[in-house]
Amino acid sequence: MLFTLSLSLSLSISPTTLTSSPRFKFHSCPHVLPPTPKPPPPRLRSSSQAHHVILHDNGTVAGAGAPVEENILPAGLRRESMPRHVALVMDGNRRWARIRGLPVGSGYEAGVRSLRSIVELCCKLGIRVLSVFAFSSENWFRPQAEVEFLMELFERGMRDEMGSLLRENIRISVIGDSSKLSRSLQELITRTEETTKTNCGLQLIVAVSYSGQYDIVQACQKIALKVKDGLIEPNDINESLIKQELETNCTEFPYPDLLIRTSGELRISNFLLWQLAYTELFFAQSLWPDFGEVEFLEALQAFQQRQRRYGGRDF
Amino acid sequence: MGPIPNHIAFIMDGNRRYAKKQGMEEGAGHKAGFLALMKILCYCYELGVKYLTVYAFSIENFKRKPEEVQCLMDLMLEKIGELLKEESVVNQYGIRLYFIGNLKLLSEPVRVAAEKAMAATAKNTKTVLLICVAYTSYDEIVHAVQESCKDKRNEIEALYASKVSNGVTEGVEEGENINGTIEHDVQGSCESSLSKSQALNTTIACNGVIRVEKKKGVILHAVQGSCEDKWDEVMSRTSNGVTEGVADSKKKQWMHPTIKLVDIEKNMYMGVAPDPDILIRTSGENRLSNFLLWQTTNCPLYSPSALWPEIGLWHLIWAVLNFQQSHYYFEKKRKQL
Repeated sequence: MLFTLSLSLSLSISPTTLTSSPRFKFHSCPHVLPPTPKPPPPRLRSSSQAHHVILHDNGTVAGAGAPVEENILPAGLRRESMPRHVALVMDGNRRWARIRGLPVGSGYEAGVRSLRSIVELCCKLGIRVLSVFAFSSENWFRPQAEVEFLMELFERGMRDEMGSLLRENIRISVIGDSSKLSRSLQELITRTEETTKTNCGLQLIVAVSYSGQYDIVQACQKIALKVKDGLIEPNDINESLIKQELETNCTEFPYPDLLIRTSGELRISNFLLWQLAYTELFFAQSLWPDFGEVEFLEALQAFQQRQRRYGGRDF
Repeated sequence: MGPIPNHIAFIMDGNRRYAKKQGMEEGAGHKAGFLALMKILCYCYELGVKYLTVYAFSIENFKRKPEEVQCLMDLMLEKIGELLKEESVVNQYGIRLYFIGNLKLLSEPVRVAAEKAMAATAKNTKTVLLICVAYTSYDEIVHAVQESCKDKRNEIEALYASKVSNGVTEGVEEGENINGTIEHDVQGSCESSLSKSQALNTTIACNGVIRVEKKKGVILHAVQGSCEDKWDEVMSRTSNGVTEGVADSKKKQWMHPTIKLVDIEKNMYMGVAPDPDILIRTSGENRLSNFLLWQTTNCPLYSPSALWPEIGLWHLIWAVLNFQQSHYYFEKKRKQL
């Protein structure tokens, strides 16, 4: 089957010219999704599994998860197939600012507002865990001024949001190599995690100075110490052991069901790695500051239409 | 003309759905899938792609119906035989074959055939085909960690044995005259923990070490890897310049990692190839299914809705054009930084 192929590959072809071709129906581009059946209108029915909310005297809320009533699930989303853990790669802040002729910092600040609204939405929808990729190990190579701005933004955000975290019953966990963070930020993180650790609503995992490969390496280093101390043999090392040592061991649901990456980039960029083995990936075209309720619900709807087989089951 | 990707990886998904769609029996879907693989292989190698990796059979696939698993194993055996024939694509494109995965999980005939095929093509250098069979990233990473731990343990034992036979107190008493350096943790996590420094009049001879930073007798970087046992032994022997800080630092030494990223990568099954530039999964599914999790972390994932047996040249060209466009964008960004 020989043939000669010579391609003068022009760099002027834009993604839209490619993706709008009828030959290509790529699920990675939401605006060319194959036509889906119209979702039924939201059903108002009482749930036999309604969570009971108990308000303690000190204002904390107890319960088996965020209290959600069936009738607030919008757009035909089904309760039984909601993702428990959603992961977000919040990409596109700088592009958003550039398009508007604004400084990069404005893009990040807009990104924070977007995150706030998505966190509120997750609380309403009863999502148990939301992981966000705030700052990757590779981001340390960005210009110094930008890195410092981001660190200050993060520190300020955490301090300012403490009140609403408590009110919304949100538990904060921070994962990543904290040794590279300033002492004041490290202390703030420890205080925030401690203060919110008994909250049992949404768990918000913020990945700072994190990479999926770093997470696996640090897990392996802990395991290697056990081998060195004679607690286990190398051949005893298994998947379960690695899972236990990953930094996502801070949550009951360490593996995301759905990962959303904004701004049209079709890659994971080292956010979580082991944890994403069977995660459904959704690539949204919107830049992160423009990613709101409509886009998030669209991602959830797409998730609910997918068939997950984990390599085994018949279809 | 933009760069041609060096390595493309495929998740060949959709054979069973194709068979159902065509009203064929399930096994026929996998046979059609093999033909599609041969077609894509030719397109890729003609384009100038050097490495091709395909997800042929996951460890999770052993959970499928036994008849289907057997059918796939039989197909694999048959096709390996065909590939080794004189007139096959293997010789046409000078392909070196690798079977990547936990081959011990395969039945003996298949495993033997795979090993034979790897040996028979070991001298081919033009292109490479990596067939992932009985593979998951989890299994690959677990195996890499096991091997890394065994390597480190052997290194420590060998170093200790050689120092014992050479007279171990040399290092303790010669102080500044010793040519020794201390390996520095790639991740730098040791620096903060050594802020409570210890006063020590000696440096320690170690194996495969990078640099030492020593100010006024204080060692600022952690001892690692093969040096750890040696450190411990020196601590217990020397009585010169040891302060109460030593016990604390010793505890901190034990907490320092011995395994680094390069150690794990070196022991990966996929260490024989560079990371993929593009990952293509057919049939419209948008997930990795435990395939090359480590190696594709920075690689774009394209998900054409075509089922694997339906994949064509245009899907490949579309993916390559997108790769070239984003490559141009990233190069521009890199130059700006």
